[in-house]
Amino acid sequence: MLIDYLPILLLGLFAVLFAGINLALTHILGPKRPTRAKLSVYESGVQPVGDARQRFTIRFDLIAMLFIIFDIEVVFLYPWAVVFRKFSETSGLFILVEMLVFIGILFLGYIYAWKKGGLTWD
Amino acid sequence: MEFTLKTFIFYGFALLTVASALVVVTVRNIVHAAFSLMVTLFGVAGLYVFLQADFLAATQVIVYVGGILVLILFGVMMTSGRLEMRLHIERGQLLLGGVISAALLMLLLTIIANTPKWKNLSDDGEQLEPTTRRIGELILNGQFLLPFEVVSVLLLVALIGAALISRKEVRD
Repeated sequence: MLIDYLPILLLGLFAVLFAGINLALTHILGPKRPTRAKLSVYESGVQPVGDARQRFTIRFDLIAMLFIIFDIEVVFLYPWAVVFRKFSETSGLFILVEMLVFIGILFLGYIYAWKKGGLTWD
Repeated sequence: MEFTLKTFIFYGFALLTVASALVVVTVRNIVHAAFSLMVTLFGVAGLYVFLQADFLAATQVIVYVGGILVLILFGVMMTSGRLEMRLHIERGQLLLGGVISAALLMLLLTIIANTPKWKNLSDDGEQLEPTTRRIGELILNGQFLLPFEVVSVLLLVALIGAALISRKEVRD
């Protein structure tokens, strides 16, 4: 079973090595003759206004929290979906309702956040 | 051959996890600490794979690396306004952290020592079945049905709390 994970490991290794080697090579081989224009954020682009490192609005927090909560919901959907076919022969309606209750409770919260104006950007 | 490669990769993941965790607690830049935490969480996911806990490993990557870490970075960006803010570690915190870490270590060592059938790296024979199906069966058998539904209520509470807190500041 462990051998099944080898492609994932190789993919990860390849990604890390590819990015790392490219960064290192350009750092070593690339000539560095910086000018003001070259060092600007977008070369030949829009002039940057202010500092990028300022405080972000708290509204991103709600977006991130919503993401995590529905992320966890999806995690719970997986084992349910895997065994659904097996259980559907005996108690299909029951486990369907079971998951609908699970999603329905979370949907209540989604409606609450929506009505509260959490999804609008005014 | 198979055995040595497996051991080698295992110790690679263990080293990755421990080294990046050390970076998290020692580095002064909070953003660097957060990114190092990402490596730690990936390393732990790798260790879960070695324990044949495939569902847990996938969940670790999906929820912790994909979600919680983003939330931590958002938290940094929303509170400090200075990403290059330096962390100060005081003596009292060091002591408290040390005591808690030592207690946690003792707890983990006790659990490790008392686990009757600890899967050894070298025993190749016994292969456990993928855990996702087993977890789904346990939930739908009725054994863990109520905790499963309670989880959705817990998530609902978190959702409402997040909506309430982040909107309150705007109204004021």
